[in-house]
Amino acid sequence: MYSFDPTEEQQMLIEAVGKYAENDLRSAAHEAEESCELQKNLVSKGWELGLLQASIPESYGGFGERSAVTGVLALEEMAFGDLAGTLAVLTPGLFAMPVLLAGSEEQKQTYLPKVIEGDWSLYTSALIEYAFDFDPNELRTTATLKGDDYILNGEKAFVPFAKDAEKILVYANFDGSTQGFIIDKNTAGLTVSAEREKLMSLNALPLYRVKLDNVKVPASYRLGGASGHDFELILASMRVATAATAVGVANAAFEYARDYAKEREVFGVKVAQKQAIAFMLAEMWTEIEAIRLLTWEAAWKLDTGKEDAHIEAYLACTGAADMAMMVTDRAVQILGGHGYIREHPVEMWMRNGRGFAMFTGLAIV
Amino acid sequence: MPIEFETPKPIKQMQLMLKTVADEMMRPKSRYFDEHEHEIPWDYIEFMHMAMKAIGGSSLAPHKNGSGKDNEEKEKRPPIEYQLIAAQIESLAWGDLGFYHCLPGGGLGAAAVYAAGTPEQKAKFLGRFNGEKPTFAAMCITEAGAGSDNSAIRTRAVLDEKTNEWVINGEKIFVTGGDKSFTEYEKLGKGYIVIWATIDPSAGRAGMRAFVVEGGTPGVQIVKLEHKMGIRVSDTAAISLVDARIPFDHVLGSPTVEKSTSGFKGAMATFDATRPLVAASGVGVARAALEFLKEKLAENGVQVRYGLPRQKLTSIERDVIDMEIILKSAWLMVIKAVWMADNQKPNALEAPMSKVKAGDVTTKITQKVVEILGPLGYSCEFLAEKWFRDAKITDIYEGTGQINRLVVARQILGYSGSELR
Repeated sequence: MYSFDPTEEQQMLIEAVGKYAENDLRSAAHEAEESCELQKNLVSKGWELGLLQASIPESYGGFGERSAVTGVLALEEMAFGDLAGTLAVLTPGLFAMPVLLAGSEEQKQTYLPKVIEGDWSLYTSALIEYAFDFDPNELRTTATLKGDDYILNGEKAFVPFAKDAEKILVYANFDGSTQGFIIDKNTAGLTVSAEREKLMSLNALPLYRVKLDNVKVPASYRLGGASGHDFELILASMRVATAATAVGVANAAFEYARDYAKEREVFGVKVAQKQAIAFMLAEMWTEIEAIRLLTWEAAWKLDTGKEDAHIEAYLACTGAADMAMMVTDRAVQILGGHGYIREHPVEMWMRNGRGFAMFTGLAIV
Repeated sequence: MPIEFETPKPIKQMQLMLKTVADEMMRPKSRYFDEHEHEIPWDYIEFMHMAMKAIGGSSLAPHKNGSGKDNEEKEKRPPIEYQLIAAQIESLAWGDLGFYHCLPGGGLGAAAVYAAGTPEQKAKFLGRFNGEKPTFAAMCITEAGAGSDNSAIRTRAVLDEKTNEWVINGEKIFVTGGDKSFTEYEKLGKGYIVIWATIDPSAGRAGMRAFVVEGGTPGVQIVKLEHKMGIRVSDTAAISLVDARIPFDHVLGSPTVEKSTSGFKGAMATFDATRPLVAASGVGVARAALEFLKEKLAENGVQVRYGLPRQKLTSIERDVIDMEIILKSAWLMVIKAVWMADNQKPNALEAPMSKVKAGDVTTKITQKVVEILGPLGYSCEFLAEKWFRDAKITDIYEGTGQINRLVVARQILGYSGSELR
């Protein structure tokens, strides 16, 4: 059957996340972006929503079950508040979800309770590399087997909270396929850049480069254990999450532009009463809805283990990048000169908007 | 029920069956009827009529015979009638968009009766489509001076109180299936056309009513069959009415002019119900074109590598992937709109939105497919060029893309028609 109704539980979660997005994330977003600092307590408050905890079964210290659909609904809602804050709150998930999805039993027992117990903690992951044709399935960072250890070499980019992290899940190319390796931050040969990355947006999110110079990783620290794991499911879960955050940001930009257009007077009418603007808004909402549904379907396919789930996730993520760019660009356009001024959030969302073409790896459901 | 995207079994079975119909009855004849405009595909019509009778009836209106048995025992399962119809139309249009329009049944005419008629009228006018012979009905709104702005309709209905008959004068154009609905062909059952006319020109939309005009009514004449860019197997008629007399009770809904626009809203309600269905037909054509392209690419050893970053894709791969994204999402928007209709959720936003999206997607995909196929696309040896021509109509009829944008914009802005013109 087809159905587009979230469950009651999901609805409650959406409302709780929505409140946090509006009251905490959104109200702090401008200041955070300008000062390049996340507001104190913002992340721990988001952590209290229990999104990650609710994705992890009781046997590993959580209180729920992973659902990509629920994750997508929550992410849409949270990213509506602010993207940088959302990605910060989600960072421990970048470590925990792949362990849950692909880790060995021992790894799950060891790490999952640690990540989710107590306060938001510093576990992160490193997928992205600094290359124009970066491809998560053909990483330049390499892992080679030497005796009982893997030796990792290469450089990772856009690694959230790397400086303060305890453990980093580093993805590397082993024998042509992408594999995750759990690495202690203090391992010899691993260096985190002194400076934070400077990007076009996400100023408040601390991102770093991570260099790996002959980093030795014991065999048991390979994600999934000695035989490794399938990366496809992890990548698909990342792509669906990226698509969901894109929908959230686009939705924010759309609503802001719509409300502005209903207030702003031109030639004796509201600017929204001009078809040139009204049609732009109609198309923006149509495209948001189109990608939202595609993202939901991809998430549902992941949850139900459909064979083509990873393709659908790829399509949703690719489509979301285009959609978010189009919608956020138009939001700025509708505000005209005011849209270009940083007092209005639309220019920030437009800078976010371009990022969805390369943010895969910064969020996961 | 939680969020779910499983195609219901009855829909899957129907899709499988209609794939066979498309392969056997439609595709082999697509080119012939494109080249022989105004010939009627009798074999197809008769076959489809028999087939539909065998599976329990036709008609676009979701309740099959107007007998009003809305809630039967098997109510437990969520209703999927509109979803079934949308999927049926998508499948038929995948076969051939023009042939889909030749599907016997009530079409938009019956949909108008369903949306605006009284229970008696529903019983009288919706029951005939499952008779012995295939039977058609059509909707007549558009006039030479009234297209998207159908409140400008000039066709006039006057009550002759002596005979208690309506006397209708005017001329309608662009009537899909008008010929098969009105002309009394021996192979067809008695059909009808639904004429939108004003009973009080000074009352604007409040004076607008729909009248059921039986096939063969004196004073009514098919004056022209249009020659079109595509969907040529489907007749598009111009119909003139000169002192055409029809019974009093053939006016749908209320015969008096109230200070309301309920009559006009009847027509618009029909659109909420049918726009996602037209969107579905567009998705069908687009899917046909995209599948054909992928077949040809595979034959020529061109692979589409899913999962690669954009920077690594070839131009063709990028185009194909983009087309899949827009096609899939357009279909999901159709499904959501009809799912809402099935579950009695107001879909006044989702219905036109699905049409906006499908209109864009269908024209874009069919145009891109011809471009990528080059001479193979442009040549009449294959059907891609025909689908390109067929597809364009889906962004025009049942509200152009622009009219639907207007409707969507009013919805999302909370504006009335006078606030956003």
